[in-house]
Amino acid sequence: MNYLGKILAIAYKDLLHEYRSRETITTMMIFSFLVVVIFNFTFDPGSSYALEAAPGIIWVAFTFSGMLGLNRSFIYEIDKGCFHGLLLSPVDRGAIYLGKMIGNIIFMTIVELLTLPLFIVLFNLQFSNYLLQLLVIIVLATIGFAAVGTLFSAIAVNTKAREIMLPILLFPVVVPVILSAVNATGSLLRSDDWSQVFAWIRILLAFDVIFVAICYATFEYVVEE
Amino acid sequence: MIVVKNLTKSFGTQYALRGIHLEIQEGTFLSIFGPNGAGKTTFIRILSTLSRPSTGEILIDGKKLQDHAESFRQRIGVIGHSTFLYDELTAYENLQFYARLYSIPDAKARIHQALEEVGLKARADDFVRTFSRGMQQRLSIARAMLHQPDILLLDEPFTGLDQHASFMLMHWLKELKNEKRTILLVTHDLTHGLELAEHVAIFVRGKVAYFEHTDHFDESEFQNHYHKVVAAGGAA
Repeated sequence: MNYLGKILAIAYKDLLHEYRSRETITTMMIFSFLVVVIFNFTFDPGSSYALEAAPGIIWVAFTFSGMLGLNRSFIYEIDKGCFHGLLLSPVDRGAIYLGKMIGNIIFMTIVELLTLPLFIVLFNLQFSNYLLQLLVIIVLATIGFAAVGTLFSAIAVNTKAREIMLPILLFPVVVPVILSAVNATGSLLRSDDWSQVFAWIRILLAFDVIFVAICYATFEYVVEE
Repeated sequence: MIVVKNLTKSFGTQYALRGIHLEIQEGTFLSIFGPNGAGKTTFIRILSTLSRPSTGEILIDGKKLQDHAESFRQRIGVIGHSTFLYDELTAYENLQFYARLYSIPDAKARIHQALEEVGLKARADDFVRTFSRGMQQRLSIARAMLHQPDILLLDEPFTGLDQHASFMLMHWLKELKNEKRTILLVTHDLTHGLELAEHVAIFVRGKVAYFEHTDHFDESEFQNHYHKVVAAGGAA
């Protein structure tokens, strides 16, 4: 099996494991839904405050639920030494990283796509004209978040306080992703000029390219003793 | 042939290995004994490329292990007390996953053959979480043997097994030994280790304190000798 085939085998294994256990996505989804619903109680739907806060709220839901997913990403690999099984196989460490990252991106995207309709309905938002642009922002931000998160999850899983270690490591690095995603979503909501939205999308694109490359190259040193 | 030269491994200021020298001929069954903290597992982890040595080198058939780690992993099988198996996948799916990683040709036939060899063909579609510890260890053997490695590293494989499962594991190990693979077994169990071994080594405080062919000592006296070597901290 070629390089790509091994990456996909790892990602497929993660999907199959999740399909059977339904542990990660369920946890992420419940958390994400709760964030949206609880914030909805604090604002009058359709009010100007709600409109202003909405981009921040949706990205709070996405980032924190994503964090839950990333935290679990390596925990079940550690459980029966399966991660050692991966490292012992004749697969480039970078391929293991990419396989795990793809799995995380898929989990996060599923949760985000399920949360989005609830968010739009509860906050009475008009995204219909910009849905495609919003999806582009979500996908790009998710790639950046998962790229760094997968690497840090592999580091955090071997620490005692892994649940708290991951956010401590991850958030400072993904600040550009969260800022860009919130601002781009806000620009869409305000029907700003496309050039303003695209400026944030360019930052997301640059972040994705740079950090996928960096994390791919450094993963080997993170997992080897 | 595996040649280990002046291998050391430190974690901060603590040395787990303090200059290991070993030569292991092809097709040898070597049992490695030693007390807790002697560096046995660290040695196996370095041999399996899970860990990098601090100094020293390992040569397999004259090639440096660290420089060809990925290709050597294709030749190495590891069985430990952890099974490396996913609970939520079936026995077949677990082996299928590893078959993909090891690029095994005609994987389906090989997986069925491996399952048959460990007596789990009838349970191929059952989830691993429903297996007993003994069955999981048998599946772990199938996983490790799937790519037919010529070097097999075993780290405490008898841990947690009941008598019947231990008997089964001994049976498989004897079969593997007859196939003339190079096998390194790390164990606290002197009886099992001696029964299988052609060579024995005793690790004490990160060093090889004793290395001998089983023909060159009286097995009934080995336990006393082992305690003397360990008590002397490797000086006996």
